[in-house]
Formats: sequence, structure tokens, C-alpha cells
Amino acid sequence: MYFVVAGGGEVGYHLSKALLEAGHEVMIIERDRRRALWIEEQLGSVVINAPADEGRYQIQAGCPRADAVLAVTGDDEDNLIISQLSKLKCGANRVIARVNNPKNEIVFKAMGIDETLSSTRVLMGVIEQELPTGGFMPLMPLTRSDLEVIEAEIAAGSPAADREVEAVGLPAGAHIGAVVRKGTILHAHRDTKLEVGDRIIVFAPTAAEQEVRKALFG
Amino acid sequence: MNVVIVGCGRTGAFLAELLDRGGDTVSIVDVERSAFARLPADFKGTPVLGNGTDMDILRQAGVESANAFVSLTQGDNRNLMAAQIAKKIFGVAQVIAKVNDPIRAATYRGQGLYTFSRTTILATLLHAVLSGDKTIGPNLMKAAMKHDEEESAGLPTVTR
Repeated sequence: MYFVVAGGGEVGYHLSKALLEAGHEVMIIERDRRRALWIEEQLGSVVINAPADEGRYQIQAGCPRADAVLAVTGDDEDNLIISQLSKLKCGANRVIARVNNPKNEIVFKAMGIDETLSSTRVLMGVIEQELPTGGFMPLMPLTRSDLEVIEAEIAAGSPAADREVEAVGLPAGAHIGAVVRKGTILHAHRDTKLEVGDRIIVFAPTAAEQEVRKALFG
Repeated sequence: MNVVIVGCGRTGAFLAELLDRGGDTVSIVDVERSAFARLPADFKGTPVLGNGTDMDILRQAGVESANAFVSLTQGDNRNLMAAQIAKKIFGVAQVIAKVNDPIRAATYRGQGLYTFSRTTILATLLHAVLSGDKTIGPNLMKAAMKHDEEESAGLPTVTR
């Protein structure tokens, strides 16, 4: 596949390197001349030294025929404009934007950029899964929606312990999908009583994550 | 009229002053506290410290009840992002963004955003004055120079 990588910083460089190693074709657009030269020394002639937020350089880099344009600079405002321009000016097939401030995922969506990746959110997800005491793990986002799947453990002292599913007080749109108790899966009926040690699978709007956490952990 | 201005540089501060003097309710956002020193001492509006592309900061600045929004920072992309947030997320009626790159300004104008390029405006104005245009050139220049005179008249006189 052919990828245009806008921004040759740490993320852009390592991403391009990995894509090249996996046998893909890559063109990087990097504004800084010295950085562009350095990347060229490392990876070969796969760099255009130009600002990625100008349509003509996007066209020069081959955005119109790319399978995906990846906007991965360190600035959200630049990633937004790069993404929008490659759609507007180049008719790019697919655009994926890096979002540094997770709050901006909503902003990007409202502005027509549906596919975003937030390194902060990915890292938080990994860290939360690694933490033994957290008990609250956003497992994954559901593709092409603002929903996610969360796994949580009902700990002693949880406001949800010894409560029925319907009385847990989850935010609107959030539902308990299943209860894992002693290694078996139970259906989460309205009157299923949650016990300490249960692990529950919750489907929830991404924006309501904090409220879900509050309902389960106080 | 409630106006939110992002960017308290020379232009932003001056526009804020003009609107404030005319009785409008103004809040002005900047990431640098020192930028607010450009506002006049009797400014009645609200300075808001923070990033103008952050929805929470914009809410703090009253974007939800704003009739107009002007983005005047040094970054074209930042202005375009702030302006689109104001228009598409908060539904502000009149949204204006400074975009110095004329091509980008035209692209987003095609998307329904009111963008202007300082470069284009200034060059067009100077061209009008030089080519003896009798309408926009002299009128705009006269209005702008009147502001300059008022500004310098307000400065304290140095006595020796």
C-alpha cells in the first residue's frame, strides 16, 4: 500500500520506518530541512522537504493516489488542517489523524475527520491494563462510533457492590453487557445482583467514561 | 453584541478596544498573560488565559452566547481550527479567521468560513490608494489613520 506521512517527527519517522519494513511504499512530508535530510540518510529518498499543510506539496507527495494520508505532527491544529486539505484538495482516499489532546477527538469528528488516534488514550489504555489495582480497563473503542468497551472489577466498597444492575446508576447510553463471576459468564439482567469480585463488561459512550468510572468506583 | 476574540496581539487587542468602546461585550483569549498588557487600562471586557483551540477555554470565554467570533493568532492552522470549533460545534453566527496564506484562505472560504488574508487586504488597499481609487482606498485609509491619531493623542506628553 502507499502511505503519505505528514510530519517526520519521532512518530512520523518510526511509523514510516515500520511501514517500509513491512513492504509498503511511503512518502514523508517534513517541513524542517535538517530533519528531512536526516530522514533521507536513514530511510532513503522517501522525503519531501516542505510544509505538509499546503495543497501543492500534498499533491506532489501523491496524496490523491495514496491509500491513506497519516497526519502525525505534534500539533493538533496542524494535523486537523493537513487532514482537511488532503480531503478537500486531493480527494484523499483515507485520512488518519494523530490527536495529541484526547479532547480534540470530538473536534476532529465534527470537522469531518473520522479516524483519529490519540497516543494519550492508547497509553492510558495500556497503563490501565497493566495496573493491578485499577480494576477499570477501557478495552477498546468500537469502530466508527463514539462507543467503547470497558472491563471493570467490582471491588469491596464499590457503590455498585450488592446492587442490582438497573440500580447501578450508569450514565445514559451505558449498558452492562455481561458479568463474569468465578470464571463463568452471566447475562446482565436488570435484577442481576453484582457481587464483590465480579468483573463486568460495559458498553458506553466514550465521552461518558468518567461517569461510568464514578458509578463503579465512587 | 457578544464577541470572542482569540489572540491578543496588536490586531486582536485593538479590535477588542474598538468593540469595547462601542459598547459590545468582549472577551479575548491568549496563551500569554503578558499579551493582555496591550489592552487599554479602561478595558471593560474579559481577558481569558488559555489556548483558543481548547473547547473548555472557549466556553470560559463565553463562546456559547457569542454572536461573533474572530480568530487572530499568528498561526493560520490555529485560527482555522478555532474558527471551525466556534462555527460547527458552538454555532456562532458570525465567524472570522485571519489566514495569511491566501490559498488556504480561499480553500476555507469555499467551505463557508469567513477568512481573510492580511497580506491580500493590505496589498489591495495600497494598490487602490496608488492607482487613484476614489472609494475604498481613501475612505479606509482615513478611518485607519484617525484611529492612529487617537492612539497617539492618548499618550502622556513628556515635559522637560
